[in-house]
Amino acid sequence: MTCPMTDKIFKKREFGGFLRALKKTYEVLVPFKEQGFYRFKPIADGEGADLRFTNTRLSPKSFVLPQSERMFEFTVDEKIEDAHILKEATRAYPPTAIVGIRPCDAKAMRLVDVNFNNPEFRDPWWVTRLNSITLVGLGCTEPCSTCFCTSVNCGPFHEEGLDVLLFDLEEYLLARPLTEKGKGLLQSGGVERDADEGSRNKAHKLRREAEQRITRHVPTDKLAQKNVNDLFDAPFWDDVAFACINCGTCTFLCPTCWCFDIQDEVIRAEGDRIRNWDSCMFPLFTLHASGHNPRAEKVQRVRQRFMHKLKYYVDKHKNGVACVGCGRCVRYCPVNIDIREVFRLMNEL
Amino acid sequence: MSGNPYLPYPARIEQIITETEDKSLRTFKVVFLNKADGEGFTFLPGQFCEVSIAGKGEIPLGMASSPTEKGFLLFTVNKAGVVTRYLHNMREGDIVGVRGPLGNWYPWEKMEGKNVVVIGGGFAFTTLRAATIYMLHPENRKRFRGITVVYGARSPGLLLYREELEQWEKRDDVNVHLTVDATDDPEWPYNVGFVPAITEQKITACDDSYALVCGPPIMLKFTQPVLENAGFEPERIIISLEMRMKCGIGMCGRCNIGDKYVCTDGPVFSLAQLNELPQEY
Repeated sequence: MTCPMTDKIFKKREFGGFLRALKKTYEVLVPFKEQGFYRFKPIADGEGADLRFTNTRLSPKSFVLPQSERMFEFTVDEKIEDAHILKEATRAYPPTAIVGIRPCDAKAMRLVDVNFNNPEFRDPWWVTRLNSITLVGLGCTEPCSTCFCTSVNCGPFHEEGLDVLLFDLEEYLLARPLTEKGKGLLQSGGVERDADEGSRNKAHKLRREAEQRITRHVPTDKLAQKNVNDLFDAPFWDDVAFACINCGTCTFLCPTCWCFDIQDEVIRAEGDRIRNWDSCMFPLFTLHASGHNPRAEKVQRVRQRFMHKLKYYVDKHKNGVACVGCGRCVRYCPVNIDIREVFRLMNEL
Repeated sequence: MSGNPYLPYPARIEQIITETEDKSLRTFKVVFLNKADGEGFTFLPGQFCEVSIAGKGEIPLGMASSPTEKGFLLFTVNKAGVVTRYLHNMREGDIVGVRGPLGNWYPWEKMEGKNVVVIGGGFAFTTLRAATIYMLHPENRKRFRGITVVYGARSPGLLLYREELEQWEKRDDVNVHLTVDATDDPEWPYNVGFVPAITEQKITACDDSYALVCGPPIMLKFTQPVLENAGFEPERIIISLEMRMKCGIGMCGRCNIGDKYVCTDGPVFSLAQLNELPQEY
């Protein structure tokens, strides 16, 4: 009899067959290269996946929290009895597998989950969608220069939030089931062969080497003890925010940014209540109807973003920082604002 | 609230009362369409709802009615943004949505057996009306000691709930100090002066007292030191805040002050709590 969570193994050239088998049960999302950048997309018939990526430019958060999502629908046609009364929009939650998600992006979903699923309120759409998704992670054997996951309770082979973790052993893929959901997925994919000890040792070595390859260490140890107002009133915020153009790229790409807006849209007599991603970088985010704005200045908004991730979240959830070290904001910020430097400034104040 | 916390209960506007001479403030009396929604809706003064107009959006509004007023809710609305402008043009019988009750409430348990001073300015008197009506209700009046109301507006015609204020004036179980910033009415029988100044004149004894304060930022700013000088402890200066909100349930991320969300940790805070938080509101 085999242990319920035994590592499995299959040949890399069987990967296409694995995905095709999964397609019978799941909607399968895999990384594709498109116009020079990788992104997750539903796999089409006969296509494989390209696993030679460091990470996708967009985080896969949109598969749990769509950038734009219909919440309710209604009619404003007075001739109809239910005019002006909101009804939940019908939607499907098919079982979905995200294959090749990086461990940092999976952990990010756990960090965001505490916001949408708490003892007082449950966001039904987030919770149902996250439950319908099985996350098949791919460990990072070649982390990139902006990765700092090992500093923030994460890592290139971190397991938190994943259902399966894949180790790329060149000729083989070692598949480690981490949850019942993950075990079920491997069965659906026809992955049955137990990994031998040699492969498991190789996987272990792969993980250790990858962790050692991340040399940039970002200090976080003092953030929890710091006084919130000392950080808020720190002298460095003007310098940090100086070059910022409030473009919102950082919040758009960040796998732990979840803020959203709610808007109504009506075409002729049919309407939808929609939620859209929003950003604390924009002055409208906090503008009162009276004209008062608690974060009218750029520096206040930049401070909010970093304070939220590195202090408010830490204090509120006692769950570490709301950052997984993916480095997207570092790489894509048009004016080179570097969260690693802000970590240092805040931690060493 | 059970089920989907974003889904508003359908409700009907039963009555619209124009409160101020400039018609910028109206009170909407709202009744739930489904009886069960109304019966399940239990709240305490200080809490708010997201009031929703299909096609226009949702806004947070504090309940101006007290839970002792059964069968309806009152919302007093300043004409300011997209939703409130539309609401001001709606008619009795029109359908809205109500989602709530949301947020926390004035510290009713702690205030039992204590003196309560209610201090309001301008159109921010709505949940303070609810609080006063609640305390003056025969079932509740004995739970509190002295009740004092200080309420001011720019001019007499901008005071909300004029008839009720005049009734309170006549009662002997509540002290009412009405004031206006200025008036050209020589017959004006009450005070003239800003709320902080009138508070300073009238509120001297602070023993065993709580102050409930709601008003525009400038009034809050100048009333706080007056109360502290009068000897009110920061734990007993209770302030209800406003903030731009969307979800009302602590998820959309915009109404935070530090690690607190005004929608779920507030809208009611003590000055002691606010002193610990970043000054960003």
